[in-house]
Amino acid sequence: MKVINAVVCPCCGNLCDDNEVQVEDNKIVKVRTECAISSSKFLNYYKERNTKPLVRVDGQLKPTTLEDAIERVARMLVEAEYPLLYGWSLTSCEAQKKGVELAEEVGGVIDNTTTVCHGPSILGVQDLGDPTCTLGEVRARADLIIYWGCNPSSAHVRHMKRYSSLSKGRFRLPEQRKVVVVDVRKTPTARNANVFVQVKPNQDYELMTALKMLLQNEEIEEQEVAGVPIEQIEELAELMRGCEFGVLFYGLGLTMSEGREKNIDAALTLVRELNKWTKFAIMPMRGHYNVTGANQVLTWQTGYPYAVDFSRGYPRFEPGDTTAVDVLSRGYNDATLVVASDPVANFPKDAVKHLCSEPLAVIDPHISLTAFMADVVIPSAFIGIEEEGTAYRMDGVPLILKKVVEPPEGILSDVQILDLILKRVRELKRGR
Amino acid sequence: MRNMEYLLKNGYVVDPANKIDCERKDIAVKDGKIVESVDESRAKVIDVKDMLVMPGGVDLHSHIAGSKVNVGRLFRPEDHYKDYEVRSGVRRSGVGHSVPSIFTTGYRYAILGYTTVFEPATPPLKTLHTHDELNDIPILDKACFPLFGNNWFVMEYIRDGKLEECAAYIAWLMRSIKGYAIKVVDPGGVETWKWGGTVQDFDQEVPRFGITPREIVRGLVKVNKLLGLPHPIHVHANQLGMPGNYKTTLRTMDAVKDLATGDRPILHLTHVQFNAYGGVDYLSISSHADDIADYVNKNPHVTMDIGQVIFGDTTTMTADGPFEYKLFNLLRGKWANADVEVETGAGVVPITYSRSNYVHAVMWCIGLELALLIKDPWRVFITTDHPNGGPFTEYPRVFSWLMSKKARERVLKRLPRLARARTNLKDIDREYTFYELAISTRAATAKILGLSNKGHLGVGADADIAVFNINPKEVNPSVDYKLVRQAFSRAYLTMKDGEIVVKDGEIVAAPVGRTYWVNTKAPKDVEDVVISEVKKLFEEYYTVRFENYYIPESYLACSAPIQPLEPAG
Repeated sequence: MKVINAVVCPCCGNLCDDNEVQVEDNKIVKVRTECAISSSKFLNYYKERNTKPLVRVDGQLKPTTLEDAIERVARMLVEAEYPLLYGWSLTSCEAQKKGVELAEEVGGVIDNTTTVCHGPSILGVQDLGDPTCTLGEVRARADLIIYWGCNPSSAHVRHMKRYSSLSKGRFRLPEQRKVVVVDVRKTPTARNANVFVQVKPNQDYELMTALKMLLQNEEIEEQEVAGVPIEQIEELAELMRGCEFGVLFYGLGLTMSEGREKNIDAALTLVRELNKWTKFAIMPMRGHYNVTGANQVLTWQTGYPYAVDFSRGYPRFEPGDTTAVDVLSRGYNDATLVVASDPVANFPKDAVKHLCSEPLAVIDPHISLTAFMADVVIPSAFIGIEEEGTAYRMDGVPLILKKVVEPPEGILSDVQILDLILKRVRELKRGR
Repeated sequence: MRNMEYLLKNGYVVDPANKIDCERKDIAVKDGKIVESVDESRAKVIDVKDMLVMPGGVDLHSHIAGSKVNVGRLFRPEDHYKDYEVRSGVRRSGVGHSVPSIFTTGYRYAILGYTTVFEPATPPLKTLHTHDELNDIPILDKACFPLFGNNWFVMEYIRDGKLEECAAYIAWLMRSIKGYAIKVVDPGGVETWKWGGTVQDFDQEVPRFGITPREIVRGLVKVNKLLGLPHPIHVHANQLGMPGNYKTTLRTMDAVKDLATGDRPILHLTHVQFNAYGGVDYLSISSHADDIADYVNKNPHVTMDIGQVIFGDTTTMTADGPFEYKLFNLLRGKWANADVEVETGAGVVPITYSRSNYVHAVMWCIGLELALLIKDPWRVFITTDHPNGGPFTEYPRVFSWLMSKKARERVLKRLPRLARARTNLKDIDREYTFYELAISTRAATAKILGLSNKGHLGVGADADIAVFNINPKEVNPSVDYKLVRQAFSRAYLTMKDGEIVVKDGEIVAAPVGRTYWVNTKAPKDVEDVVISEVKKLFEEYYTVRFENYYIPESYLACSAPIQPLEPAG
C-alpha cells in the first residue's frame, strides 16, 4: 500500500492541498480529508466511466479507435469556419495552453466557464480594479469576514475552517473574528454567522449603494433599503468601517442576479471606499478548481481572460459577442469542441439547441449530458488523480496537482489528446 | 539552427567588456558560442558591412512575467485593443501595449536586439506562476528575483541577530523556488501596509516585528555576502514616489557603506528616478538627481538603474502595495492590490504620463539626469522599469535622448517652465557614445548579474548578438538621433545562442530560452535546523503545505542552475 501526502484536491476553487490518499493495486482505497465532496470524488471518480472513444453512427454512439476519433475532431475543426472551443475549467493549465494554440490554429473562439459564472466579476475588475489578497492574509489578519451571495458551508466546504472565519491565524483566532452573511435566504453559512442580513432578491446593488452612502456620511431618508431596516445597514457600515482588516467574499448571488457586473462595480466601489478607513479586501469564490487557471493562462497568452476570438488571426475579446452563450444562441459557430465541461446541462435552451445542431465533439472522463449529444467523444484521464498538472486557487496561488494512480489502459490525458488533434489539424491544413 | 556555423563579416563591433570600440571585425559563431574562427567554406557568411555589431542586450529589471503582470494584462483590455500582432510563420499572435501578452514580449525584445531579460519581483508563494509565464516567453534567457524585504522569517531572523540562519533560510528558499537574487521592495513597508499603514521613515519600526527598514537592508546585504549570490541585493527603496524621498535614498546607500569590501558593489538600487525627488509636496517637487549622482560617483559600493519615464499611457506595477494605493488616491482610476501571505504584496495602477504635467515632466528629466550625471556607465543602467516608467519598446527613444542633447532639448523646450527650472537637465552637455550605450545596456548589466557568458563577444561567450543597420563611424548620433532611434527599434539581425531569431526586424525563429537560478547552499547543520523550524511554522503561517511549496527543476522549460560565487571575505 502506498500513502501519498499533501495531495491537492481537484474539486473546487479551494484547492485544499493537505489530503492524504492511500493507494492499493492502483486503486484509491482511503482518503483522509475533512471534506465529503473531496473524499467522494477520490473514491468514486472511476464509476460510470467511459473508457472508449465513441462516434455517432446512425444516431447511436458506437465505440471506435482513438485514431478515428482524433481524425474526426481534427476534420471537424479544420472544416468549420468558426469553431467554438469551450470548457477548460476542470483541466490543467497545460491543457489550457494547448487549447489556446488549437483555437489560434483553427481561427476559432475559445471560452471557459467563467463566461457563465464569474464573467461579471472580471468585467467589474476591468472597470475598477481588484483590491485583494491571498487566503493566508485573511487567515492571519481578518477580524471581519463578509460572505455576500455565497454559501461556503455547502459549496466551498473547508473554506471557513481552512482560510476564513473559523481558521486560526498568526494574529487572529476564530473568536476574534466577526462574521456577516448577506443573502436572500438563511443559508447554512448564515446560521453560524454573527450577523445575517437578508436582502431582497435582485437588490444587492441598492444595499451596497446604501452602505457606501453611509460611509460617505450621507443621510438616507428611507426606512429600509432592499428589505433591510436602515438601522441594520448603519450597524453594518459601522462594523465595516471599524474593523482592522476586513474581507468581502462574494459568489454567484452577486454575479448572476440582476445587475451582474454592475453589482460587482458596486462591491468594488464599496471596498475602495472602505480602504479610506481601514484595510479591506475582496475576493470572488471561484467554483471549478481551475477556472482561475483558465483565466490566468488565457490572459498571459492572449491578453484576455475568457471569450477570446482568433477569427482575424489575433486575439479579440468582445464580451456579449465572443462569449460562448452569445456565440451559440446567435448561431455564429459551425462546430464545437467541449473540453472538461457540460454546457448542455447548464446553458440556456437556445444555446444548447444550436450546440447540438452543429458538429460537436467532447473530451471528458465522464459521459456527460453534452457527451450524450456529441458526434465524437474522447475519454480522458482525471487531472489531479490520474495525471499531473498545474492549477490556480481562487486567490491565484498556483499548485501542482499530483498523479496518484495510473489511468485505465489506453486513456490519454487532455494534453496528449489535444496535442494529437493539433498535429493532425496542421497536417490537414498543409494538405489543403 | 543552433549547430550551424556563422561568420558575421565587416561589421563595426562595439564590445566594451573586451575593450573593442567600433572596430571593423568579423565575429565567428559555432555551436551557439563565439569562437576564434570558422571554416569559411562551411560557415554561413553574413555580410554586415558598416553595420553596428553589439552583444545581445541584457535587461536586469523588467516586469515581464508573474501574477502582478497578469493582473495588469487582465484589467486593462483597453491597453491591448489597438496594439495587436497577427499570427504569422513561427510567430504566435498576441497583444501589446504596456503589458504585452507573453509571446509578444519575447518577440519585441528580440526585435530590439535584447536576448536576456530578468523579471525583478516574484512573490515566492506565486513563483510557480512566474515560471509558468517565463517558460512561455520565446527566445529570451531569463530569471526571477524572489522578494524578501517583508518576509516574516527574514525579518525575525535579522531582528534576533540570527544572520546565518537567515542565510540558510534564503538559501533553501532560493533553491526550492528557483530564484536568482535577493529582491527587496519597500523593506518593512509592505508588512506595515498589510495593516493599512505606511513606512514614513528609514528608521521606523515595522508593527509587531520590532525591526526597521535600515536593519532589514543591512541584514540582507550581509546575508547576500554569506551566500555568495552573483548579484548584489536588488533594492527598491522606501518612500518611492514621495516628494523629498531623495534623503531616504541617500540614507539607504549610506546605511550599508561600511559593509563594502573592495570595489565590488553590494547594493543595486533600482528605478532610482522614482526615488530622487526633492520638495515637500507634489507642487514643490524637484530633482535631486545631482545629489544622488554625486554620492554614486564617490562611492563604488552602489549600482543603479534609472527607471526612465516615457510620456504616454502605461501601467504601473510593483510589490510596493502602499505606493500603488497612494497613486490610486491621486488618480482615482483603476486600482489592484494583491497582498501575499507571509512574504510580500503588490499593486497595479494605470497611468498616463503627460508632457504638460509638471510632476511628470520633472520625473522625465530626473531619469536622464541620473544616467548622464553618474560618470561611470558600468554603474548606471538604462531601464524604464518596464512598464512602470513606460514600455520597454521605447528604449530606442531613451537611447536617442542620452546620445543627443539636441534630441533632449526638443522635448525639454515643450515642458512646463517650472519643470525646466527645478531640474538640472538643461545644463548637461554630456552625450553617450555607442561604447557607453553598449556598457549600460549590455556589458555592465551582464557583469552585475554575474553572467560571464553574456554581454560580450569574446571567445567562449554565448552567441547572443545584435546587429543594427547604422554606421557608427559615419552617423553622428548627436545630430542624427532619429537614425539612432530607427536603427535600435528594429535590429537588422538578432542571434540567440548561435541561431538567427530576427532578420531585418522580423522574427524568423522562436527557440526556447534558459531560465537561470542559483543553486544556493548554506552549511548543512544550520540549514537542517532552519528547515525544521520553518516546517514547524509553515502550517501556521501558510495556507499551502510545505511539500507543495517546492518547485521541481523539471517545471522549468530549460533549467540553467548556476553555482554561487566564493563568499566574499
